[in-house]
Amino acid sequence: MNTVSCPECEAEITLEANVEVGEIIVCSDCGVDLEVTALNPAAVELAPMEQEDWGE
Amino acid sequence: MQKRLRIGVLYSRVRVEEKWIFGAMEKRGIDYERLDDRAISFDLENPAPWRAFDAVLERSISYTSGLYALRMLNAFGVPTVNTAAVAEICGDKLTTSAMLAKAGLPQPHNATAFTPEAALEAIEAFGYPVVLKPVVGSWGRLLAKINDRDAAEAVLEHKATLGSVQHSVFYIQEYIAKPGRDIRAIVIGDRVLTAMYRKSEHWITNTARGGQGELCPITPEIEALCLGAAQAVGGGVLAVDLIEHPERGYLINEINHTMEFHTMQPVSGIDIADEIVSYTIQNAECRM
Repeated sequence: MNTVSCPECEAEITLEANVEVGEIIVCSDCGVDLEVTALNPAAVELAPMEQEDWGE
Repeated sequence: MQKRLRIGVLYSRVRVEEKWIFGAMEKRGIDYERLDDRAISFDLENPAPWRAFDAVLERSISYTSGLYALRMLNAFGVPTVNTAAVAEICGDKLTTSAMLAKAGLPQPHNATAFTPEAALEAIEAFGYPVVLKPVVGSWGRLLAKINDRDAAEAVLEHKATLGSVQHSVFYIQEYIAKPGRDIRAIVIGDRVLTAMYRKSEHWITNTARGGQGELCPITPEIEALCLGAAQAVGGGVLAVDLIEHPERGYLINEINHTMEFHTMQPVSGIDIADEIVSYTIQNAECRM
């Protein structure tokens, strides 16, 4: 089971089994957006802030 | 023996759509590479690494990165979904409106001006309310419904003072009292794949803003309008948004070239991700 520590609030977060690198997850404790940057071992970083030209 | 296709998927974030697209690639046994737009670079004197791709599917969340990447790839002769020309049009709402006007397709009444003074004059000529939209942007962000002259003066000044130079391209659109919903249709090539209503109590009906999806039957009228809209911007994998005007009927509001479909795919029951992959493969095969 992949667990990481939230870089914002240090809460322990368990990643879902099908999570992928590049995916955004939300810390259930503090609500910050985190980007999964590695698996095995899992690592997360604060997700980049939304830019004005982002979209579909 | 036939050469095995190699497809690149340019992305910034692995959203559920990208997960579905990667899944569809894997299910089809496609040789594909995930290309994070934050990690790539283009050496214009060395196109060979990029020419190794038979096609690249662009799913960047950043319009700017996606657009320039497409320009580089198309300059290298690499087929892309969508093309840089389509992204240039669809990523800029005013340019989209200009192309729809050129094609004579029904759309809301739009105007543009480049100073707050000229914009105010144009707004007064429209009558209130009007909608001010940024030319580049998505997910319903920074849309402003302007109900009177006071609001117009304030928002125009804010845009001119606080925004980048692009915010001084004032894009003015008539406000349409639509029936609490708009329609989003997915067009791939020459097919309207599926359509859904996006319902919301708010005047901004984007599902990114909480709008709810419900299947919309594709009538011959909707089909013809959506195909016309797609053709007007150059065609490809597109999401066409329609507004129902109480008197004038369907109007084409905007067209997205890297659409999200996390609501659309479950609502329609259609594997949109696989359809996109299939279209990308067809483009790659055309090159061979």
